[in-house]
Amino acid sequence: MAEKKVKAKGFQEWMEMNIWGLLFFLALALSVGGLVEIVPLFIMKNTMENNRFPELVWAKAGKEPIVTVDADGKQVWNWTPGDGVRPYTALELAGRDIYQREGCYLCHSQMIRPFRDEKERYGHYSLAAESLFDHPMQWGSKRTGPDLARVGGKYSDDWHRQHLRRPQNLVPESVMPAYVWLEKTPVDADASITLFGKTLWSLPTGSRMQRHMRGLRLIGTPYTDADIAAAPQLVDGKTELDALVSYLQVLGTMARLDDAKAYRE
Amino acid sequence: MESGLEQKYNLDVVRWFTIMAVVYLVVGASIGVYIASELAWPFLNFDSPYISFGRLRPLHTNAVIFAFGGCTLMATAFYTVQRTCGVRLWSDKIAWFVFWGWNAVILLAVITLPLGLTESKEYAELEWPVDILIAVVWVAFTFNFIMTIATRKSSHIYVSNWFFLGMMVMIVYLHVVNSLAIPVGLFKSYSLFSGVQDAMIQWWWGHNAVGFYLTAGFLGIMYYFVPKQAGRPIYSYRLSVIHFWALMFGYVWLGAHHLQYTALPDWTGSLGAAVSIAMIIPSWGGAVNGMMTLSGAWDRLRTDYILRFLIMALAFYAMSTFEGPVMAIKTVNALSHYTDWTIGHVHSGALGWVAGISIGAIYHLMTRLYHTEMFSERLVNFHFWTATIGTVVYITAMWVSGIMQGLMWRAYDEYGTLAYTFVESVDAMHPYYAMRAVGGAIFLTGAIVMLFNVLMTVRKSANAGSLAAARNVPAAA
Repeated sequence: MAEKKVKAKGFQEWMEMNIWGLLFFLALALSVGGLVEIVPLFIMKNTMENNRFPELVWAKAGKEPIVTVDADGKQVWNWTPGDGVRPYTALELAGRDIYQREGCYLCHSQMIRPFRDEKERYGHYSLAAESLFDHPMQWGSKRTGPDLARVGGKYSDDWHRQHLRRPQNLVPESVMPAYVWLEKTPVDADASITLFGKTLWSLPTGSRMQRHMRGLRLIGTPYTDADIAAAPQLVDGKTELDALVSYLQVLGTMARLDDAKAYRE
Repeated sequence: MESGLEQKYNLDVVRWFTIMAVVYLVVGASIGVYIASELAWPFLNFDSPYISFGRLRPLHTNAVIFAFGGCTLMATAFYTVQRTCGVRLWSDKIAWFVFWGWNAVILLAVITLPLGLTESKEYAELEWPVDILIAVVWVAFTFNFIMTIATRKSSHIYVSNWFFLGMMVMIVYLHVVNSLAIPVGLFKSYSLFSGVQDAMIQWWWGHNAVGFYLTAGFLGIMYYFVPKQAGRPIYSYRLSVIHFWALMFGYVWLGAHHLQYTALPDWTGSLGAAVSIAMIIPSWGGAVNGMMTLSGAWDRLRTDYILRFLIMALAFYAMSTFEGPVMAIKTVNALSHYTDWTIGHVHSGALGWVAGISIGAIYHLMTRLYHTEMFSERLVNFHFWTATIGTVVYITAMWVSGIMQGLMWRAYDEYGTLAYTFVESVDAMHPYYAMRAVGGAIFLTGAIVMLFNVLMTVRKSANAGSLAAARNVPAAA
């Protein structure tokens, strides 16, 4: 900056001659919009509908396990559909991981808008509370295929299996890819690397899902120890197809919404 | 041409970024044409996980935004900052680190995305280890840029550099905040945020990847390369000051317009929409500023193909910055959201504006960097027409299909029931999806011709020894 002889006339010119000044005021100007739009969403009570309608979220979340498996291998559910939004079970979460992996969110939204046609096509408009435990959210931005926010229970498990295997068999006009590999791949089964008869690295069934659940618990998802402990039994013998179907079938079934209530202004 | 430039500036790194940008343009556009074809003819997914639409689409967006756009930005920013500050890059070592680091990011994207390793956040899909690498390389890029300005010979910082700087700082904010996640495996993580807050942060990133990365950065290119190519000073200094600060302050607010009528509180969406509409003023100010730079030299458009690219890009910039605010209006958004209209809008910006201004700047750079004229002017002209026609075909197809989708979804018959099932709307899209693939293919043809022309120019320069001659000129005192 050899020539310092020119004297700045006014603030703008001062910044044009002073990189650090420009940088400072630029950094300041750039931060305002984000702060104003994002920070209040963490603070303002009316962002989350469950502050006014606590029944939207499962009251026992984090206190009781969602589902346990008894000695006979039978599942005992503490939660039934409509009890409120809760974290995903190990199998559903595995399905959600696959939903993310395959990029389903690029063609399917999970966010119903409050319009008459969307209500008739997909159901009640979506609430913020319904994606409370979605890290990250899967609202999507494009409907090359239909919205899936309330797809749970609309079709049978068998329909979903056939559809994922070859969508065009059920919906001839569909442009969806066939997900033939899902039923061939087990979810989080035993995995190990052995060399000359020595096991160098091994993971027992369900341990990956347990790691995923512990990670989510660390950032605030209310999993109980029992939820995490149940993971291996829940995913044992399941394929990726089973997991994805179990995720799709829970979508939109967690909270029971009342048409008479105005959840949003 | 000036002599001694090769000794004075680091043009090697600029050359490498420039060539790679052209390579990635072809790669990114090829993947785009392929996935567009998958939507028209789904058998192209071939039942393979690695090339299924859901995995290739992020690869397409990453390839065009980060590989092509990124290399273009790095080439032009490093070139512009040296030329306008009159000094060599502050650190050659950092510049090369940025080159190799950025290409490593791209290589990792090419490997991880088809494997399905993704954070599933649009335009920020890359998993956490790659995110960390991006952050390091980006900060190095920014730091080298700032230090070069700090050691400049000129008294004032040229307007291009303000825009580049704004982009760099904002991308640091956006990338760091939006990528915050808890790793649960080597290539698996969960976003730190959930639901509505995550959505707002995602689109704060998403829109500003467009607003800063793809707009502010490319405006930096515009403010240097348009006046240079036209051989005239920028039309209005005052307008550029207004354009700059309004864009920097305002653009940040727009993300919320992606979430209208969703579970995001109404005030946020409306605020985003209001600022979006106001943004038309600075955007058009910038477009006018660029175009009016030609006043008195409009006849040059007849003979100067590079200038044609630059000016056509500004026309697309003006058009898509008009379309954007219109789409942010709530009633329009109710129709356009979730449809192909959005895709059309993005591509009128991406193909028309971003690619157009980049291609113009790259042709300009090629002649300066290789000290020779382009291998073929006629091929540049051919590229101009394929790029323009391809873009127009693409966006027209998406306008029609987008508006049609929106209208079909909300149509009722005389009995008051929904007139169409969802899949009927999918079926109706087929001709437009095919047309979009054709438009993309026309654009891609131009890009391939460009790559050929660029490589032949490098060869021509090597054969004639013009680069070597420029390197041997003794540095000017």
